[in-house]
Amino acid sequence: MNFDWTAEGPKLLELLYGVLAFLAVVGVLLLVLDKLPLRKDRWVAAAFLFPAGALLMIGLIIPAIRTTILSFQGASTFEAKWVGLDNYKWIFTQREALITLRNTLLWVVLVPLIATSIGLIYAVLVDKARLESFAKALIFMPMAISFVGAGIIWKFVYAYRPPGEQQIGLLNQIVVWFGGEPRQWLLDSPWNTLFLIVVLIWIQAGFAMVVLSASIKAIPTEIVEAARLDGVTPWQMFWQVTIPSIRPALIVVLVTITVGTLKVFDIVRAMTSGNFDTSVLAYGMYDYAFVRYDSGKGAAFAVLLFVLVTPIIIYQIRNLRQQRTIR
Amino acid sequence: MASTTRRLLLAFAAAGLLTVTACSSSSDTEAGKDNPNLDTAACSAYAAYKGQGLDGKTVSVSTSIRDTEADLLKQSWKAFTDCTGIKIDYAGTSDFEAQLPIKVQGGNAPDIAFIPQPGLLATFAKQGALKPASAATKAEAEKNYSPDWLKYSTVDGKLYGAPLGSNVKSFVWYSPSMFKEKGWAIPTTWDELITLSNTIAATGMKPWCAGIESGGATGWPATDWIEDIVLRDQGPEVYDQWVAHTIPFNDPKIVSATDRAGSILKNPAYVNGGLGDVKSIATTSFQEGGIPITQKKCALHRQASFYANQWPKGTKVAEDGDVFAFYFPAIDPAKGKPVLGGGEFVAAFADRNEVKAFQTYLASADHANSRAKLGNWVSANKGLDIANVSNPIDKKSVEILQDSASVFRFDGSDLMPAAVGAGSFWKGMTDWITGKSTKDTLDYIESSWPK
Repeated sequence: MNFDWTAEGPKLLELLYGVLAFLAVVGVLLLVLDKLPLRKDRWVAAAFLFPAGALLMIGLIIPAIRTTILSFQGASTFEAKWVGLDNYKWIFTQREALITLRNTLLWVVLVPLIATSIGLIYAVLVDKARLESFAKALIFMPMAISFVGAGIIWKFVYAYRPPGEQQIGLLNQIVVWFGGEPRQWLLDSPWNTLFLIVVLIWIQAGFAMVVLSASIKAIPTEIVEAARLDGVTPWQMFWQVTIPSIRPALIVVLVTITVGTLKVFDIVRAMTSGNFDTSVLAYGMYDYAFVRYDSGKGAAFAVLLFVLVTPIIIYQIRNLRQQRTIR
Repeated sequence: MASTTRRLLLAFAAAGLLTVTACSSSSDTEAGKDNPNLDTAACSAYAAYKGQGLDGKTVSVSTSIRDTEADLLKQSWKAFTDCTGIKIDYAGTSDFEAQLPIKVQGGNAPDIAFIPQPGLLATFAKQGALKPASAATKAEAEKNYSPDWLKYSTVDGKLYGAPLGSNVKSFVWYSPSMFKEKGWAIPTTWDELITLSNTIAATGMKPWCAGIESGGATGWPATDWIEDIVLRDQGPEVYDQWVAHTIPFNDPKIVSATDRAGSILKNPAYVNGGLGDVKSIATTSFQEGGIPITQKKCALHRQASFYANQWPKGTKVAEDGDVFAFYFPAIDPAKGKPVLGGGEFVAAFADRNEVKAFQTYLASADHANSRAKLGNWVSANKGLDIANVSNPIDKKSVEILQDSASVFRFDGSDLMPAAVGAGSFWKGMTDWITGKSTKDTLDYIESSWPK
């Protein structure tokens, strides 16, 4: 492997052009604004929003519209044929697609709830404990691993070898130690989806823990002490002081994890490739659009995903606004 | 405040100006001259490409061939690039089938792609993205390949390039030393194969081992099984009808062939030696599927010629070695020798002279021999001198491909529409292995056939 610096020259030059072109656009914009007699703030704001708006348009809005159009068209990647709502009808009637929907539902319900609960309990337990930061680092570490990496790690945990052979999977080795028969964890639906869900919980619990722990530490000491003086039990403290005080943080964590879960793709792809009834919406989208060349059905999955995420985002925005008015 | 802003603006404006001038001053590289190498004796074979002004031009190639195989390929056309001065920009990716349509639709198609799926090639051709082969390429292809092979890269009467490498799928891998030790003979008919399986099963060893896990393509080795057996159980005519969908996918004839495959693959007494129960076939990677043979935990593994590359380091692949393969026997040998195979086709998305020249060269016997000499390669190219093929299993493959008794058929799933060939057929077979009935599986695949 020889790295040829001279061959990289043109690429670096192109990069330089790109950066300079960007600076030039901003420069011209500033120049024009400076010269124009208009001094209305609205115009200035509009002018500054323009580059970001244009990029959003090219990178987000136009593709979204195109995807929506594709979802009303037929299978061929190259010649458009209108099929109306057929692709959506297919999603809600065909067994394979229905299982994809069921799995997505399982993911979206279980991952945020369990990951947040684990994060919360852990945050409360280690709060002000000895070696608190070490304990936190332990659970936070999986956050640093990519989804694909995590998928591969857990694929090894679930690895199967027939009885009598040397087990290489941790879980089956434990089963064997306790006198059981090794099992094919990733084969039997719907349990295999639960085994995949564990992976995302493993990743996300650390995130929930960090945010909630910070929030718990921000509870004013007066409130905690007042409650103590009133003689609350730890149980009452948790439900009647801690939880209400960190409610906004809880919602943020739940919503963030929910949105992340809806998009889950890498774990399924790395561990089962959607086989054995483990597919989810985002994987179905990829599978149909890019492997089976059925862009219509792939796009329909994408639109459905978008529709499902939208209310969550709207809820989140409204929530943030309400908090701002309270303050 | 105002003056600072102005100064900043001036800097920006200057930067902008700089960009414009820098863009316009990029110089064209010198190109279009003939390589002086062409006049040397070693390059006389490439004289046909002289005078086309190809020196210094670049052809981009996109393929699914990676790693060692890619290095050998690049080496195989070294003389061509040295003599003509054409540069080959080679990019191999495991995600080739998914990436190519994206590149083509995005207006970023490679000059040449080695496409292993005739179905995909036809889609591109019908869309008008591919350029028909030049007269020179066509002449070269027709000289070196049988019409059977060229049929797969011909769309609406136009040829879109010659095949490149090929593989033979109708092989059963076994261990010659194990067979010798136990006194087993190589079966030459289907009945003998089943008798042998029973003999092995009676010794307590599971005779067969298999694995069909292959990431996003999980299931393909099982589709090969079905195709190979449809070809044996029902003959080439039914096979063609089945692939072209003139009979439905769940036709009783296909059900019977699939059940015959199931009599081995779904038989708990036969599979899955060293790997687990029948279901373990679905979760064993195809690369690991035959490895138990080397550990004496199974005896038979049906897989293509390219499986020769999968054996652990140090395994001797030879007729008297650790592993070797025999021809997957026909059910009725009187009806000829059914052979299932695959290969990739050299399709061009551009018709610049250097692209045409490279496409023509790849269709030639010259290239086939140059590549074969480097080892681990098979081609249906009739100009391929079998003396240049070193690997014994490749030799056997070339013999089978050149045998006139062979009834060759291309891998069916690669000919079917992607929705089936790269979708429901793979998925269906995976479900079939894990317990779904033959009828339900074939009904599901039939229902997914694009209308």
